[in-house]
Amino acid sequence: MKILVVDDEKDVKTLFEQRFRKEIRSKTVDFVFAFSGKEALAYIDKLDHEAILILSDINMPGMSGLELLKEIKEKELTPKPIVMMISAYGDEQNYNTAKSLGADAFLTKPVDFKLLKEKLQLN
Amino acid sequence: MKSEKDQLLQKAQEEILRIFTSEYPSEKMPDFISKEVSGFGTTKDERIKGFKNFREVLELQYQQSKEAGIEVSYKKKPFKYWKDESGDLALLVNEFDLFVKNPEGTDKLDFRLSSLFQWIDDSWKLIHWHGSTPVNVVRDAWHLTEWQKKNKELQEKVEEQTKDLTLKNYQLQKAKEQIEEALRELKEAQEQLIQSEKMASLGELTAGIAHEIQNPLNFVNNFSEVNTELLDELKEEIETGNIEEVNALVKDIIENEEKINFHGKRADAIVKGMLEHSRSSNGQKVPTDINSLADEYLRLSYHGLRAKDKTFNATLETDFDQNLPIINVVSQDIGRVILNLITNAFHSIRDRKNNLNGSEFNPTVKISTKNFEEYVEIIVSDNGNGIPESIQQKIFQPFFTTKPTGQGTGLGLSLSYDIIRSHGGKIQVESGVGSGADFKLIIPKN
Repeated sequence: MKILVVDDEKDVKTLFEQRFRKEIRSKTVDFVFAFSGKEALAYIDKLDHEAILILSDINMPGMSGLELLKEIKEKELTPKPIVMMISAYGDEQNYNTAKSLGADAFLTKPVDFKLLKEKLQLN
Repeated sequence: MKSEKDQLLQKAQEEILRIFTSEYPSEKMPDFISKEVSGFGTTKDERIKGFKNFREVLELQYQQSKEAGIEVSYKKKPFKYWKDESGDLALLVNEFDLFVKNPEGTDKLDFRLSSLFQWIDDSWKLIHWHGSTPVNVVRDAWHLTEWQKKNKELQEKVEEQTKDLTLKNYQLQKAKEQIEEALRELKEAQEQLIQSEKMASLGELTAGIAHEIQNPLNFVNNFSEVNTELLDELKEEIETGNIEEVNALVKDIIENEEKINFHGKRADAIVKGMLEHSRSSNGQKVPTDINSLADEYLRLSYHGLRAKDKTFNATLETDFDQNLPIINVVSQDIGRVILNLITNAFHSIRDRKNNLNGSEFNPTVKISTKNFEEYVEIIVSDNGNGIPESIQQKIFQPFFTTKPTGQGTGLGLSLSYDIIRSHGGKIQVESGVGSGADFKLIIPKN
């Protein structure tokens, strides 16, 4: 499974690589990291009908996660990418907006990796 | 009273009585009244000098008697008289009962009249008279009772007025105390409001900053959890003797620890910055590097705003005059002013960005400093919506705000104005609708 992680915090990459090291080693998942919405879109545009799961933070400078979500949904890609949004604790407003924009799942920070792994396996 | 002269004297006296008690034709008065007549009256304590005066007084008396409806009659009593050697001067003294009839009844008075007649041109003429009614008080030769009565009345009046004044004074005193109390309460309320504005601005920062601290704390927690797992793996690999894997794990663990340290320090810095801002200023002026102060608060403000709204993006520009000297200011207060201006600038550009919705607008906030001989100048500029001229002076007034209700206390610029003024400086705004705003601070170097 290809997973695109979008977050402006650079250490998110290290964290994911550490937390998913077994899965990465066993090639169950293949992580790609983008540090802005723009970067993420550039990567998505280069995809050639590949299944992808996008895990994006909402609060980012420049293009927000919600704007990215909107753009992705408008692209009408095949296969349809699964988009999961990560937001800050207690942010109901963004949760509602993400839902209305068609987000497939929702996570709050701090990310519960156990829960995330469960969600990924269910998909 | 047997001779003709004596009879004429008697007649003259009777005519005089009639003159005094009833309406007497004034053209006939000179027959019995001398041109130089003088007299002391009892009706109004009148002093008469000369016939003209005499006639005026009597005519007034006649008029007033008529108006009051008074009729006077008298009952004669035998009179005394003295004549001098020449026989041409006679003093007559009369006592008689005077009956004064008025609409309410008749009053009886004892009347005394002393008249001095002189034989002039073959007739007796009155040259001086004195009329009186006795004061009806026993043992009061000098009218003391009357004086005392008047005095008492005066005293009572004074007492009453004094009482009245004392009461009014007391009431004024009470009113004064109430006003002073109200003033105290107002001052307290003002202090509280200023404090709540400070808390509000601090609150805005802390909300954003608390938000911001979540990120580094997440890393601290996550990386330490990861390291716990890695250490378990390490134990296994050591037992297995897989040196390569051991080394790889150790490397990762160390890196993670470094990240924990890094993010922990990051959180620490954020908290310190926030505490710095919240510390009560003691009003002490300290040597301050304005350039670093401005830079610090620019980042602090941007930081805080982004923490609340990460979609917010702006270009920050700085243009610091490297020749700016260290000046003595209350650094927390000046920092607060800069923070206020920057926050306002950020809000303005965010509003404009939201209105323009995706077009080519590059929101920018710029801080510049410039060194002048007598003062330093700090300018905070933005390319937001601008401030209409009509409200450019109002913005410094307490409670004036263009934000919706509940957002902002409206005291930010007013407090900033006070702070700059207390440093002997000025705060100015240059702006136009659609062309952003420049807020200029001028702080004397002293």
